[in-house]
Amino acid sequence: MSAREGVRPFDLLTPAERDYFGRFGNGLVVVLPAQRPSTSDWGRGGPPHGGAWIHVGQDGKVRAFTGKVEVGQGTRTALSLLVAEELRLPISLVELTMGDTDVCPWDMGTYGSRSMPDAAQHLRLTGAATRNVLVEIAAAQLGVPPGDVELSEGRAQSKGPRGAKPIGYGDLVRGLRRLETVPTSTQPIPPPEWTRAGHPMVDIGSREVVTGARQYTSDLHPPGMLHGKVLFAPSYGSKLLRVDLSRAQALPGVTVVREGDFVGVAAPDPPTAQAAVKALRADWETSPQPSEKDIVDYLRQHPAEGEDFWDVLHHKSGDVDAALASAPISLHETYTTAYIAHVPLETHAVLASWEGERLTVAMGSQTPFPARDALADALGLHESNVHIVVPPTGAGFGGKHAAELAMAAARLAKASGRPVRIVYTREEEFTHAYFRPMSVIDVRSGAGKDGGITAWEFHNLNGGSAAARLPYRVANQKIDNQSTDSPLPQGPYRALAATANNFARESHMDELAARVGADPVEYRLRHLADDRLAAVLRAVAARAGWVPRTGSTAHFRDGRGRGIAVGLEKGGRVATFAEVRVGSDRRLEVLHLVTGLECGAIVHPSNLRNQVAGGTVMAIGGALFEAIHFEHGRILNPKLSEYPVPRFHDVPPIDVILLDRPDLPSQGAGETPLIAVAPAIANAIFDATGQRLRSLPLVPEGTVP
Amino acid sequence: MSLEPSQALPRAATQLRVNGTVHPISLDRDRSLLYVLREELGLTGTKYGCGEGECGACKVLIDGVAVRSCVTPVGEVVGRSITTIEGLAEGDRLHPVQQAFIDEGAFQCGFCTPGMILASVSLLARNPRPSEGEIRAAMDGNLCRCGGYLRIFQAIRRAAQLPEKVDGGAP
Ligand code: FES
Ligand code: FES
Repeated sequence: MSAREGVRPFDLLTPAERDYFGRFGNGLVVVLPAQRPSTSDWGRGGPPHGGAWIHVGQDGKVRAFTGKVEVGQGTRTALSLLVAEELRLPISLVELTMGDTDVCPWDMGTYGSRSMPDAAQHLRLTGAATRNVLVEIAAAQLGVPPGDVELSEGRAQSKGPRGAKPIGYGDLVRGLRRLETVPTSTQPIPPPEWTRAGHPMVDIGSREVVTGARQYTSDLHPPGMLHGKVLFAPSYGSKLLRVDLSRAQALPGVTVVREGDFVGVAAPDPPTAQAAVKALRADWETSPQPSEKDIVDYLRQHPAEGEDFWDVLHHKSGDVDAALASAPISLHETYTTAYIAHVPLETHAVLASWEGERLTVAMGSQTPFPARDALADALGLHESNVHIVVPPTGAGFGGKHAAELAMAAARLAKASGRPVRIVYTREEEFTHAYFRPMSVIDVRSGAGKDGGITAWEFHNLNGGSAAARLPYRVANQKIDNQSTDSPLPQGPYRALAATANNFARESHMDELAARVGADPVEYRLRHLADDRLAAVLRAVAARAGWVPRTGSTAHFRDGRGRGIAVGLEKGGRVATFAEVRVGSDRRLEVLHLVTGLECGAIVHPSNLRNQVAGGTVMAIGGALFEAIHFEHGRILNPKLSEYPVPRFHDVPPIDVILLDRPDLPSQGAGETPLIAVAPAIANAIFDATGQRLRSLPLVPEGTVP
Repeated sequence: MSLEPSQALPRAATQLRVNGTVHPISLDRDRSLLYVLREELGLTGTKYGCGEGECGACKVLIDGVAVRSCVTPVGEVVGRSITTIEGLAEGDRLHPVQQAFIDEGAFQCGFCTPGMILASVSLLARNPRPSEGEIRAAMDGNLCRCGGYLRIFQAIRRAAQLPEKVDGGAP
């Protein structure tokens, strides 16, 4: 971490103004300028973001820069691999800097599975353009036409028998201070021609992980560092009336800060920080808050105006009301999903330090640039005076977007004149982060005598719109969502709305199939409007040895049941098969899962399998037993002993099927694999027992009610 | 298992044997071993995940047996031999379990990995060829929120030189 005054973050300067060569030495720099966000993805645009740059140094190293961060999803290796591919050099010579706000391109954040489609594409383009410039330089030095230059293993050589001695990239760029922009005509290497990407490889930094040498934010400990702690309200909706700081201030080495509603302490060690917070005498005014048992009614009664952080969807085609009224078969059901917690194994951690007027914050953030801008705003600083770096992070899952904790550490560091680190306890993590929103989803459908679906009305309350659109052909549709005044803090979550919407839709499809006496696989295929999704469904059904059935015939074989579900999200297609057993004691056992995924061209297959299997495992928790319990504004189960997450014994055998489509652009895969798990299990429970469960988690106590 | 110190040491002269080195520590006997390792000795490879014995991120070896350091008062392990993840490799040579975790790509964010590796080492030390059920049972106290259980399972089998299973084999 270097917090030098007078440093100007690169994203705030034009390429020519950036001190690339001063910071990284002589050589070649190729810049892909920031891009306008595509509004179809983000709803409301935003500042230009993304882009990438690459520096080839005299040491032969290639430094690449992206605004995305690595929070445990393996993108560092995948992206480095793509740079190595384009530049035809060993991955060990690629140094990828991610999310450092001084030297990386501005980026909205690492969420929404955008790392692969956006950052990957930008780095490939920049890498390809860099390669072209290297070829041109090499041609001049070797005295051959560019077409006769061959790059490999970080060296340039002329083709053919009279090939001179190869020249390393470091020598090619020696003495240069050349800055280029990526030409629009640049063509990255097409995936079918990849020689490095697309093949199994060991993740970067693996040795540090297995030896304990990898330093996460919570491990950083600069000299003189103090431990910070925040005074939190006893319940949501409480207001601080008065606080007496004097007893805390009297403790040795303790700094206490109060600014508006913020009260925090910094102390030489965590126990003293804890004691100091305890010594604060605070009076709070509480306000009545809804409890879990009334939550569905509460949400229905508290619609909120305007957009939340997700898009609002209003999709209409045909005439749903007329079609429903005339349908010989109709169904109307409500599905709910609970508030759940992210539970990253590393709790939120930040380290703030000042050098003069310049603030540096190390934090496991998924949104370092927005965090920088928010911090600058809150502290009355110019963006140039805030520097965020993102050390390795013990996962995020969408839960590490907020900047409040950084603000707290920054204030404490300023007041104490020392670096201040704040690491949440697990209980603080459960209570003061935010949750995956609850969804209440109403579905009404109509079908003809032949079973063909004629009407589909789908309404998500509070949970968002992702993946709510139908992948099925239905003439009359109305699909929308509505924000509410959620009583619990809620925010992004890995596959949040898609999980809920997919659960409702795929459960409902199964209910319809059963009603009309159709096989669940055949029924979906009959209606599917997407060939790629149909291919994934067929592959999964084949691997699972799916036996076609009609409606209600397959139940009650020694308590076993089988279910299937599909999903389309973030450009990826997924299908999950589940086999369960419900014992005579009603205990549910998941016996086997098959998840099939197609997400375009595969860059890093081993990491992709890991993501798919890991996503499937994470989804088991939300499907079966994860739920935040709350009453009068308090969380009732803010501990791992009270909030179970999947363990070894919860994980059945999982088959992962990857469908590679080198002809299609790579899509993110961090979220899509989660979304078909819950409905597949619910459908299997129905097959086993004839009982339809319409709320997630399905079996909070482990048993089918 | 009793973790009583073999001999009572006077408060001022307390030492802890960690990774073969003896460290003087300022002893509050009730302080957790996790706290002493991380905050006093700077051995940050041992992780905090919950502080209540539920996640296994804080596991270390005490005389070769994996123990949750967050619920172990340091006073109980004075005089015992403590191995943290930093002390598992022999110089540059990784322990076979560490190597197996790399070979299987058995982590994503890596935060659970030190605890997972030490729990695996402890398991294989007393049971060199564990069955699938024995692996599951021994590892059930270790959480991987990234959901990497299949790879972890494979890594343990690899370290034990048991035949490989493809995805879907286990757990
Ligand atoms: S930190 Fe010790 S078990 Fe979780
Ligand atoms: S790899 Fe992230 S918790 Fe296990």
